[in-house]
Amino acid sequence: MTTFPKTSRRNFLKIAATAGGGLLLGFHWSKTEASAIQVVGSLADDVSFNSYLSISPEGIITIFSPNPELGQNIKTSFPMIVADELDADWTKVKVVQAGLDTKKYERQVTGGSGAIPHSWERLRKAGATARHMLVEAAAKRWNVSSSSLTAENSFVVDKAGNRKLSYGELATEASSIAVPKDVKLKEQKDFKLIGKAVRNVDNKDMITGKPLFGLDFYREGMLISMIQRPAFGMKLKSVDSAAAKAMPGIVDVVSFKNNVAVVGKSTWQVNKARKELKIEYEADGPLESTADHDRLFKDLMVKGEATVRRKDGDVDAAFKSAAKVITREYQCPFLSHSPMEPMNFFAHVRPDGVELIGPTQTPDRARMEVAKLLNMFPDNVTVELTRLGGGFGRRLQADYALEAAELSSILKAPVKVIWTREDDLCGGSYRPAVRYRFDAALDAQGNLVGYKLRGVGINAGNCTREDNFPSGAVDNLLIDSVEHKSPITTGPWRAPITNFLAFAEQSFLDEVAMAVKKDPVQFRLDLLDRAKSNPVGEIKYDIDRMKGVIKLAAEKSGWGTKKDLAQGFSVYFSHRSYVAQVAEIEMKKGKPSLKKIYAAADCGVVVNMSGAKQQVTGGVVDGLGHAMYSNLTFKDGLPEQKNFNSYRLIKIKEIPEVECHFVDNGIDPTGLGEPALPPTGGAVANAYFKATGKRLYNQPFSLQEELKGVTLGEKL
Amino acid sequence: MANYKLQINGRSYEADVDPDTPLLWVLRDNFGLVGTKYGCGIAQCGACTVHLNGNAVRSCTLPVSAVGSGKVTTIEGLSADGDHPVQLAWDEVDVAQCGYCQAGQIMSATALLNKKSKPTVAEIENAMNGNICRCGTYHRIKEAIVLASSKLK
Ligand code: FES
Ligand code: FES
Repeated sequence: MTTFPKTSRRNFLKIAATAGGGLLLGFHWSKTEASAIQVVGSLADDVSFNSYLSISPEGIITIFSPNPELGQNIKTSFPMIVADELDADWTKVKVVQAGLDTKKYERQVTGGSGAIPHSWERLRKAGATARHMLVEAAAKRWNVSSSSLTAENSFVVDKAGNRKLSYGELATEASSIAVPKDVKLKEQKDFKLIGKAVRNVDNKDMITGKPLFGLDFYREGMLISMIQRPAFGMKLKSVDSAAAKAMPGIVDVVSFKNNVAVVGKSTWQVNKARKELKIEYEADGPLESTADHDRLFKDLMVKGEATVRRKDGDVDAAFKSAAKVITREYQCPFLSHSPMEPMNFFAHVRPDGVELIGPTQTPDRARMEVAKLLNMFPDNVTVELTRLGGGFGRRLQADYALEAAELSSILKAPVKVIWTREDDLCGGSYRPAVRYRFDAALDAQGNLVGYKLRGVGINAGNCTREDNFPSGAVDNLLIDSVEHKSPITTGPWRAPITNFLAFAEQSFLDEVAMAVKKDPVQFRLDLLDRAKSNPVGEIKYDIDRMKGVIKLAAEKSGWGTKKDLAQGFSVYFSHRSYVAQVAEIEMKKGKPSLKKIYAAADCGVVVNMSGAKQQVTGGVVDGLGHAMYSNLTFKDGLPEQKNFNSYRLIKIKEIPEVECHFVDNGIDPTGLGEPALPPTGGAVANAYFKATGKRLYNQPFSLQEELKGVTLGEKL
Repeated sequence: MANYKLQINGRSYEADVDPDTPLLWVLRDNFGLVGTKYGCGIAQCGACTVHLNGNAVRSCTLPVSAVGSGKVTTIEGLSADGDHPVQLAWDEVDVAQCGYCQAGQIMSATALLNKKSKPTVAEIENAMNGNICRCGTYHRIKEAIVLASSKLK
């Protein structure tokens, strides 16, 4: 396996389409029509494809991977799918990362765990098509029926004739075989690569420190800039930049919108000069603090104008006649995405076009917004993707690309805008702070007859997921939400909304199960059976898949059989996939210690076992770390935590053992970038209750009274 | 501004920079050695870890003027072709997700193993606790260090 650095499609055609022949197929991994596979003969051919597969006469197979890579393993998993259907020798496969230079990228986006589900079948088709053409070419050469031939490891094999031809030898002839309309895909049992643990194609570059990331991008003559941005609710009043401008290495200080950009020749000089800026801001809206939000949550929970999200049956009647009502509230703070690579973007605005280079999850959004801002045709804006040093949703936003473009257009020079960690933590688009209230009505027999959920969020939109479990399993149900509009910006954060909602819901269900004296696992299974046999309203989750992960997690963790350990259960459906988790806490000398988390995932077919385990383990660690430690609070529109000394991320000492299991059900892949995160907080809180009798209602856990004196994660 | 001659990866480099410029930015901006990463700038994340005379140091808070004639090793200089036992273990265990923190992780791990070729799990955790991985690759980091350690004499 080798990889090329990112390249434009045009360059790819040059790399791939060798003058000496070979086969070059263009296809659409994002298009629904089956017609979208063609032999591409030359550069003059239409450039409307967004993926290419080439086989050189030397047998080198090159696959063009157009998706942003931010650690979700797409750059490895996509080509694996193509190569499996192609029966290619993986050691001869090269992966090329695409830039964005086409109008046709409908889903060149990494977010929502959607990349693989979106393209699974099309990638398989591309591989199978090439394989078909190679086999046909061999049949023609040998003058035998193609049905007597097989393909393996980059060879077409004629078993009867005891002969074989390599893909390289056949590639040129294959390019004149008609592209089949309908090509047969493999049976899953015949997969050779899919499901195996395949190492990341970029490992070598990453472990040797190659310049892969946006922050590493350098071009002769480019300027460096850092931007001072106002607190949320403030606007720029005046700037005195004389002292900053006088600092060594500083080229200019310019203001635009509410930004003050210090521009210079080196990062450190810019960073130093920036401290010499004298900026006055004035209020432009409310300057909010965390204390205000706490008050607001209480008010809006009772008096807020709620938008109804789902209503089944008659909740009021159910609660009036209930034998018992349980009410609980849960709250979480704002969170920063904090990818290890801070935001940055390179922009060069020229009169005839714009060149953008950097780490983004949504290159097309950056391109469209920059075109609009600068009043240019989108066709004149190119975006080249670098590798992303993490995203977690932050790089779905285009703000940091836009400001780089705006600055370059003012300076009339190429510039790279760099955010410091402080800029990153203060720069917005946070996971919104949310408070939930749950009410359960139980009848005299302990049946759950009524269920209410109200979510109050700050710029959180609909902070419920009204169709998730247990909707469909309860006769009388009301789910609504209240939103407070704030100048503090928010946006999707890995597993949007469900990253906290799952904890609240799964903690609550645990309490309800205990109130009716049922085992928490059995309680959930019973509710699911109820939803299956007698559904209430529409059901938008797959009951059998949910039961599947519940049972697998219970089995693998030895649920209910361990005398010395307190186990906590949690299960959640999000972003198309299902994950159940069991957390285990051991009491040692009266102190709880989190030992292990079992995760059972149903994400359909696992493409790359190594990548899948990474996503699940990483999701669990992420879910645990943010539930336990991370906390972004505000004072007058400014975060109080400005760097990793006060904004806590989980560390290596604080992780429990994690064991992953996957349901093997042959369903087409449904994605794994997010779904392992949401269940973790609930599993841990439920285990903590079992171990100590104390309930955790608010995050981060480490700041709660109930966790005083306890370092749950650290080994004792 | 002052002139500094630095010994990095067995070669000598020269830069005209302010004395308080952190080694990190001299490596990245002046010498194009961008394998060493910026993550926090205040010695809290370990992304910028390099070796100074064999010890793991955070280059984001090490002024260039304090480096003197010390021998600096960065990720680029760890091996000729990415074949240091720690790098090989990182590949074999398939540690990296986004990869951004990994140069720093590898430099911290190597410094540990240079001092103690058979560290205990607790020693591994202690040595690595200052290196944050936002992607949560900690399990494989531990696994890779154990693997590399098993291959060292
Ligand atoms: S950048 Fe030096 S420790 Fe974070
Ligand atoms: S691999 Fe992404 S931060 Fe460590």
